[in-house]
Amino acid sequence: MSLWIGEVVANFLVAPDIYRMRLRVDIEEPGPGQFVHLRCGLRYDPLLRRPLSIHDFDMDKGEIELLYRVVGKGTAWLAARVPGDKVSGLGPLGRGFILPSGKTLALVAGGIGFAPLFFLARKALALGNRVIFYLGVRSREHLLRQKDLAEFGVQLEIATEDGSAGFPGLVTDLLAAHLRNLRFDGIFACGPKNMLAAVAGLAATYSIPAQVSLEEHMACGLGACRGCAVPVYREDGNVTYENVCSEGPVFPAHRVVWKPSWR
Amino acid sequence: MEKGEDKAHPYPNLTVELAGLKLQNPVMPASGTFGFGEEYSRYVDLNALGALVTKSITLEPRLGNLPPRVVETPAGLLNSIGLQNPGLEVFIREKMPFLRRFKPPVIVNIAGSTVEEYAELARRLEKVPGVAALEVNISCPNVKEGGMAFGSDPQQAARVIKAVRQATSLPVIAKLTPNVTDIVAVAQAVEEAGADAVSLINTLTGMAVDWEKRRPVLGNIVGGLSGPAIKPVALYAVWRVARAVRVPVIGMGGIMSARDALEFLLVGARAVAVGTANLVSPRSMLEIIHGLKEYLREHNIDDINEIIGGLEVPFPL
Ligand SMILES: Cc1cc2nc3c(=O)[nH]c(=O)nc-3n(C[C@H](O)[C@H](O)[C@H](O)COP(=O)(O)OP(=O)(O)OC[C@H]3O[C@@H](n4cnc5c(N)ncnc54)[C@H](O)[C@@H]3O)c2cc1C
Ligand SMILES: Cc1cc2nc3c(=O)[nH]c(=O)nc-3n(C[C@H](O)[C@H](O)[C@H](O)COP(=O)(O)O)c2cc1C
Repeated sequence: MSLWIGEVVANFLVAPDIYRMRLRVDIEEPGPGQFVHLRCGLRYDPLLRRPLSIHDFDMDKGEIELLYRVVGKGTAWLAARVPGDKVSGLGPLGRGFILPSGKTLALVAGGIGFAPLFFLARKALALGNRVIFYLGVRSREHLLRQKDLAEFGVQLEIATEDGSAGFPGLVTDLLAAHLRNLRFDGIFACGPKNMLAAVAGLAATYSIPAQVSLEEHMACGLGACRGCAVPVYREDGNVTYENVCSEGPVFPAHRVVWKPSWR
Repeated sequence: MEKGEDKAHPYPNLTVELAGLKLQNPVMPASGTFGFGEEYSRYVDLNALGALVTKSITLEPRLGNLPPRVVETPAGLLNSIGLQNPGLEVFIREKMPFLRRFKPPVIVNIAGSTVEEYAELARRLEKVPGVAALEVNISCPNVKEGGMAFGSDPQQAARVIKAVRQATSLPVIAKLTPNVTDIVAVAQAVEEAGADAVSLINTLTGMAVDWEKRRPVLGNIVGGLSGPAIKPVALYAVWRVARAVRVPVIGMGGIMSARDALEFLLVGARAVAVGTANLVSPRSMLEIIHGLKEYLREHNIDDINEIIGGLEVPFPL
């Protein structure tokens, strides 16, 4: 049963508006890219659960970590939790990233899209992959966990929009520059939709299989209500809708309809 | 076994009769919030529910509307799913075999864009094993043709129900929209046309605006509002309709707890449906059933039917 009550172990500010929470929960082992669906309080406002990616998982301690940006009432409620508080959750939910072993992989994170890719990087290295981690943030104070990544053995490539660290500009421009010389066996991305679309474009140009994690407003989280459905291509080329919650959140990049033509 | 409890005569009695169906308790999912049962079966013992109600089925598969399809509003949820469903044939082939394994009656919700489509759906479901009743959705606000267009006019609503009535011997439940001037007139019209029960309310039409982007939030621009925010509207509609028709009423709209369910029973609902609450917590219906039982025990009420329509109005209108 994956409906549980977790206990907050730690919850602290790590960058402007960004919190890291550790939750002690009794859940089955999650895969990178899967998410939990959290009830933010007991009241009817906020009403729906909020989806958050699993940022890390510690099997021995029975803890999951979350990394979230405060953007509204649900995440504000979460930010106000202190150790010992209880949070109702569902999960792990969804289909995560599918990792190969012994390959060279590019992980591309934009902003808070970093959350699931950190867990992915750790798992990818454990499977004997070489990981180049492209991290795009607005400004250097949003850079997180660089030391941890370096310790894992990740090659970190940073882009900041304001040029305060690393490559000045968009992370996809940095990736595009590297793709001229580097060969990757796979690209894994999470971030804003235009970033993902740009990654998908690059992946197609260089014929590299890519997996992207999508976001959509979500209600049940279980695949029942069809609230988080997004348009994707079927094998025959026709468009259908699949749920971010149960058929995603991770989709092969070439299946995603980036700009519905009827819009 | 607890005192006074035995299998043949459970105490307190939660059984209600509705449109020829015997429900072991009056709590069922509201169409569209419980998929086809499978999605919830990890969390909910489907055998514990009063009935199983499916997402609306159309003759042909429907893709549904553009995203975003859901947005939260204060104590409410706006949705514009647009009746995404695999169509009648796939439903019969792939969804019914699962549903008919369970004990509670399966109520199949149908939606059409013409009167003939409703009748066709009813005809073809008649012979499908395990289908106990039809709920006729003449109240969906999220599709261009059919749906609410039928349910907002008493004559049109009656035409649909009459056609369905003639096409099937299954119990027929008409699902009504609150987006009308007088829901009682529609309820009376469908009763007259042969409905065995009415269910209400479907969602209230609404919209959400992103003032920064100056755009509607929903891909479909408009959607249907559900959840706690609509409970007062729903209670009022059920109260009025229950006093104006002889057929039983299935009440819904914002039921989150056993207390909410009791309120609907008091204003005259024979049974209740739980929608948005399932999306918030998959075990909501089980908690509501448990809460109803507890309430009856605490108040020494033997039979839930004693509550139904029990609203006391100190100052009659
Ligand atoms: C699969 C998945 C994984 C996610 N993982 C993370 C993560 O690890 N860290 C993180 O900071 N954020 C993540 N998000 C986004 C996060 O769910 C939203 O930021 C959050 O729901 C906002 O809630 P709120 O109440 O604070 O904001 P409000 O704006 O008040 O929320 C209003 C409604 O809109 C929905 N909503 C708002 N923004 C988003 C969004 N970007 N995606 C989906 N729904 C949204 C909310 O869930 C809520 O229903 C993820 C989203 C998805 C779909
Ligand atoms: C996501 C969602 C999907 C729905 N889909 C349907 C549907 O397919 N057919 C239907 O008759 N009603 C549908 N409804 C309406 C519900 O069955 C119910 O009438 C309404 O939501 C009010 O109840 P609630 O406040 O408990 O959710 C849907 C409601 C929601 C929230």
